[in-house]
Amino acid sequence: MRVLAALSGGVDSAVAAARAVDAGHEVVGVHMALSRNRDQLRTGSRGCCSIEDAGDARRAADVLGIPFYVWDLSAQFEQTVVADFLSEYQAGRTPNPCVRCNEHVKFSALLDKGVALGFDAVCTGHYARVVERPDGSRELHRATDAAKDQSYVLAVMGPERLARALFPLGDVVSKEQTRAEAAQRGLSVSAKPDSYDICFVADGDTQGFLRDRLGSRPGEVVDADGTVVGAHDGAYAYTVGQRRGLRLGRPAADGRPRYVLAVEPVQNRVVVGPAEALAVTAVRADRAVWFGDAPAGGTACEVQVRAHGAAVGARVIRADDRVEVALDAGAALRGVAPGQSLVLYAGSRVLGQATVTGTTGPVSAPTGRESAVRA
Amino acid sequence: MSVYLDHAATTPMLPAAVETLTAELARTGNPSSLHASGRAARRTVEEGRERLAAALGARPSEVVLTSGGTEADNLAVKGLFWARRTADPDRRRLLVSSVEHHAVLDPAFWMAEHAGAEVVLLPVDGDGVVDTAALAAELAEHGSRTALVSVMWANNEVGALQPVDEVVALAHRYGVPVHADAVQGVGQVPVDFAGSGLDAMTVTGHKLGGPGGIGALLARRGLDLTPVLHGGGQERGVRSGTLHAALVASFAVAAQEAVATMPELAVRVGALRDRLVAGVLERAEGARLRGPEQASRRLPANAHFTFDGCEGDSLLYLLDSAGIEASTGSACQAGVPQPSHVLLAMGLGEDDARGALRFSLGHTSTEEDVDAVLEALPAAVHRARAAGRALRAAVPA
Repeated sequence: MRVLAALSGGVDSAVAAARAVDAGHEVVGVHMALSRNRDQLRTGSRGCCSIEDAGDARRAADVLGIPFYVWDLSAQFEQTVVADFLSEYQAGRTPNPCVRCNEHVKFSALLDKGVALGFDAVCTGHYARVVERPDGSRELHRATDAAKDQSYVLAVMGPERLARALFPLGDVVSKEQTRAEAAQRGLSVSAKPDSYDICFVADGDTQGFLRDRLGSRPGEVVDADGTVVGAHDGAYAYTVGQRRGLRLGRPAADGRPRYVLAVEPVQNRVVVGPAEALAVTAVRADRAVWFGDAPAGGTACEVQVRAHGAAVGARVIRADDRVEVALDAGAALRGVAPGQSLVLYAGSRVLGQATVTGTTGPVSAPTGRESAVRA
Repeated sequence: MSVYLDHAATTPMLPAAVETLTAELARTGNPSSLHASGRAARRTVEEGRERLAAALGARPSEVVLTSGGTEADNLAVKGLFWARRTADPDRRRLLVSSVEHHAVLDPAFWMAEHAGAEVVLLPVDGDGVVDTAALAAELAEHGSRTALVSVMWANNEVGALQPVDEVVALAHRYGVPVHADAVQGVGQVPVDFAGSGLDAMTVTGHKLGGPGGIGALLARRGLDLTPVLHGGGQERGVRSGTLHAALVASFAVAAQEAVATMPELAVRVGALRDRLVAGVLERAEGARLRGPEQASRRLPANAHFTFDGCEGDSLLYLLDSAGIEASTGSACQAGVPQPSHVLLAMGLGEDDARGALRFSLGHTSTEEDVDAVLEALPAAVHRARAAGRALRAAVPA
């Protein structure tokens, strides 16, 4: 196969490309330039768009002896991932930009351009497994290393795009194995630290980034009965389940910590309350994507709502272009925010994914939560 | 066997230059040392300097050897600005053409940030040729406040020859020194330092068949130039640093041969280029020649195109995989393609500028090279255009 290896400049994508070369594919390395901002290009090594990362990616390609190109996908990135990030927060939801990047950039803009240029597949350093079934269809599975598993952020690509994806690191047993393999292959990125932050928020200050782009919009923080307990600079900067950074003027009557229960963009209000008010018994979502047939009502599955969160047992109530799942008794999911990705699993296999629109909780929710979360 | 059509990036070394370099490399001696080894190295350097000066129409004492074109450009822009401004604090305006190489543009903007320079970008016409009327108007208004003018001999991307004579005549009327980056011109068109009237001129080894890592700034005798590199006081104190005798000798041999064979090369390579241009325009859909159409107004070895709806990097990849080595012509940020500032200055939009592809021929180019491009390019353009469409479709409307 002719394989386009996305090289971020990190260790995972470099080893993945090396394995694709070993597998006998004709591999070409591409680094995606996602920011045209020269300051961001020149400073720091955070994220995926610094000069240092592009240089590391080029060096890895040189070591592997494969051609290397930098493709400018900054316009696509800005118009999809960054724009979605801003509009979702503005609407009181909580986006996952890595999911959007996989949906619109890596497995869309990059893949489509690659296919048009004659490539058969895109190879990345994601930790996930693709299992081919006897009938030729493909399944997306969790990685062997549960701690590194990234199937959650990949599920959005759906089956057609999965057919053109290559994840050579799916069976790696640990990140240490990847690093050791990189060192043994002479890849100088073997000891490079992992990146965790949102790549386009250069200093890691998401609230500051949102304030710069969306402007200050002061409003009230209220508790469940509408009593004003604090102030904020813009409701968009808050996420359901958030505890830190609330700057509440009045302590709760019971003295216990309070969390964001709802973000109300129209009223520009943030509703806070006790931890138990965040508990969830059912989750609803839309924009569903299924690998194979959508599961029938009553199907037992596991659901995951965060990239690094645990999966919990659930039962399918509805699954078509929308999804509703009821969590098993005793399954604990807290602070599920609209906008988050809901991924359904059967064991290690990804059934599908959808975008959370609302939840049901055991505690009688404040009116604010009804209107904002149960949209 | 690859088809190498990126001579403007670097051109294969001439056999005589390789021979000189390898012979000299084995010899020991710091040209600044007083003992016999030092004297021998010094002699090699000075003979090289004389040879270079003779080839370029300069006096040996006007040759300031540097590590290459970028250093020579930095020395010219910074050294001339500081010297002029020290002599006359009012002279802060720094005039550079908007199509200069980054080795001139970036030092100019650096001087604006750090040394109080006021950078003025001189506009160009649609062919990439500097607008001398704009220069005349600028000097008429601010001539007494201008420190220097820098306009290249020929543009590295679109090959446009610049009106250096006119620029010199205009600037000298106001007592303003003129620098020209001539790295692309030497060996392709007649370049005579004394005859040009220039105050300073940049040349470099690896663009004319010499080695990399060596270049020179020709600086008119008596020109006041503030040093940028300080140290051992080599090169009359203008450029400190131990000279590499082997590089100097090899560079000089290459320059001499490049200048001597220039008339013949220009005819031969010019004919290849003309056939390449005609063939590309005829066979590749949506191709447009950029830079002057008239052969006499552009470098004989340069062919530059944009292809509607294509990205230059897609074309580069497709040609590379067909064994053809070309360039988008524009500078990169660690390989991150930026739309060319030259094409933007010529009035192209960003989308057009992204579809740029430069073929630059040289002394090793053959008819077969041109055939190979004309064979591979139409399919590559077709495919690159499909990739461009795919990319645009990936963004929701």
